[in-house]
Amino acid sequence: MEISRDKLLWAYERMRLIREFEDRLHTDFAAGKIPGFVHLYAGEEAVAVGLCAHLRDDDFITSTHRGHGHCIAKGVDLREMMAEIYGKATGACKGKGGSMHIADVDKGMLGANGIVGGGPPLACGAGLTAKLKGTDQVTVCFFGDGASNQGTTFEGLNLAGIWKLPVVFVCENNGYAETTSPRYSVSGQDIAARARGFGMPSIAIDGLDFFAVYEAAGEAIARARRGEGPTFIEAQTYRYYGHFEGDSIRYRTREEEEHYRSLDCLHRFRQTTISQGLLTAAELDEIDARARAAIEDAVRFAAESPMPDPAELLTDVYVDYPMAALWPFQEAAVPVHR
Amino acid sequence: MTAMVEEAVRTLSYREAINEALRLEMRRDPTVILMGEDVTGASHSEDESHLDAWGGVLGVTKGLVHEFGRQRVRDTPITESGFVGAGVGAAATGLRPVVELMFIGFMGVCLDQIVNQAAKMRYMFGGKARIPLVIRTMIGAGFRAAAQHSDSIYSTFVHFPGLKVVAPATPADAKGLLMAAIRDDDPVIFCEHKLLYDMKGPVPEGEYVIPLGQAEIKREGSDVTIVAISRMVLHALEAAERLAQQGISAEVVDLRTLSPLDEKTVLDSIRKTGRLVVVDEDNPRCSVATDIATLAATQALEFLNAPVKLVTPPHTPVPFSPTLEDAYIPSPERIVAAARATLG
Repeated sequence: MEISRDKLLWAYERMRLIREFEDRLHTDFAAGKIPGFVHLYAGEEAVAVGLCAHLRDDDFITSTHRGHGHCIAKGVDLREMMAEIYGKATGACKGKGGSMHIADVDKGMLGANGIVGGGPPLACGAGLTAKLKGTDQVTVCFFGDGASNQGTTFEGLNLAGIWKLPVVFVCENNGYAETTSPRYSVSGQDIAARARGFGMPSIAIDGLDFFAVYEAAGEAIARARRGEGPTFIEAQTYRYYGHFEGDSIRYRTREEEEHYRSLDCLHRFRQTTISQGLLTAAELDEIDARARAAIEDAVRFAAESPMPDPAELLTDVYVDYPMAALWPFQEAAVPVHR
Repeated sequence: MTAMVEEAVRTLSYREAINEALRLEMRRDPTVILMGEDVTGASHSEDESHLDAWGGVLGVTKGLVHEFGRQRVRDTPITESGFVGAGVGAAATGLRPVVELMFIGFMGVCLDQIVNQAAKMRYMFGGKARIPLVIRTMIGAGFRAAAQHSDSIYSTFVHFPGLKVVAPATPADAKGLLMAAIRDDDPVIFCEHKLLYDMKGPVPEGEYVIPLGQAEIKREGSDVTIVAISRMVLHALEAAERLAQQGISAEVVDLRTLSPLDEKTVLDSIRKTGRLVVVDEDNPRCSVATDIATLAATQALEFLNAPVKLVTPPHTPVPFSPTLEDAYIPSPERIVAAARATLG
């Protein structure tokens, strides 16, 4: 599949931004700077970026608890993302969602999701909107090997199949659902084969190879845009860090980790593009430097941003609801806004 | 009842009133769609005689497919998580779906999409999402439908921030509240009592929108306040009639919307009568009824001349046998007894 120089540069930059973002969170979490649960996407960059390389701003994605990479690939602002993870007022969700619910509907990013398998029905709904409004918008539904066992995933595949919805289902099989391998949890062992039972094209690809992802994604998204219905992609990938930060990772071997690190998607992208004369080491190095600076800037922005005003506790629950009813049965509980 | 121009009023059943609200809103706004199990029926078939085979399991959506077609009146597989979740995703991206969850007891198979997705999305996303979704669902015992098809467990949804909950008792309220629910930008659970579908009453023609969050005094009185929900409003009115014959003036407050709750109308009535009976067909623990009692205890205790009385079913599933089911449902007799007990 043809890919322009500009697109290659864009893809490398997005992947590097994700890596830098996640590596920085790994360090800062260990230093006690980050509240709550954080699930990092490092290692899986080629999947989010290979898919989103084919999406427009008005296309939609649904995501998972491991959603930072999807956000960056879809163009969510880095400063707002970092501020959200810090719980700051300037965050993408005003500090109300955090890492696990990070979202930017204006960018078509319909939310990281704390519920494994929460996304497929939502993706069908976004696909239904496009179909009924007669647009050619596409929705990409990211989920993991864990969600491949959830009923909602099967229900979403079935609905998308019978209604020929413009949805691309992307199973990011990163080897582990929390601590457990699909070798234990997936009956039949073949996740991609499951989708064929729903009558849609389905392939398993090397999710560590940007070019393999880019090609499969291009076909699937073009097919959806033409109104020919859903496609399923199982991208076989690997997460470098634990399920969440603080995970002691006592369920896989160092040898396995080193093996996958040797297949690193960014490293392979560099090798391929340089050896084929598509890009130069100098311009890739320059992107690396820019990415480091962008993450440094995002961290500084987040650290310097104010915490939310306590009155924000009661906003954004509804579009319209009586304020007093948000804290019933007690007097003077409602904080005064500034 | 709301005052209205005489010639504009005609009689419709509760079922017809809901159907009319759907029809008018679908005409007004092309983004309004209807989705659910057999809301038209036989979507596999191209045989004209099969079109609209059911129109909903109890015929509430009958006829809509003829005007709006199968794209907008959309049969779903029996896959509640799938199509309720699709409703949430469609609402978040620009449609205004009305999704039919056949019976409220089926919430168990799709609760995550309602309470973790629809209800929380706006808050989690810092106000960037709007979820203009209506979930129509049937409630109510008395249909001999046994435990899994007879619940009135709307309090479950009242429990969740981010959801609004409506339970109309009359045809006019059903139309006016459903039109408001469809126009509302928040997710609304719209509870239809299946024993009311054939009840007829005056329903205004054309556009008729009753704002959510407003209770209505269905009968004025001065001795005791009876707060009731959905079909229990009819039982309360019957009880009030019998109490009147005994010289007791009961005021009947129909909550109509359960979230947000119209606290003012309830409290004003308690302050006037000094006595409170709450009638609720939902399970008795952690319910709207106990909420109303809490409201009275926290904000109107000094006006109460007697302990609050709750008239609810027992803490059991809905039974099948007619004898048992009739004993389960709060009766006008029990409401009369409770009201009399508050008067000493």
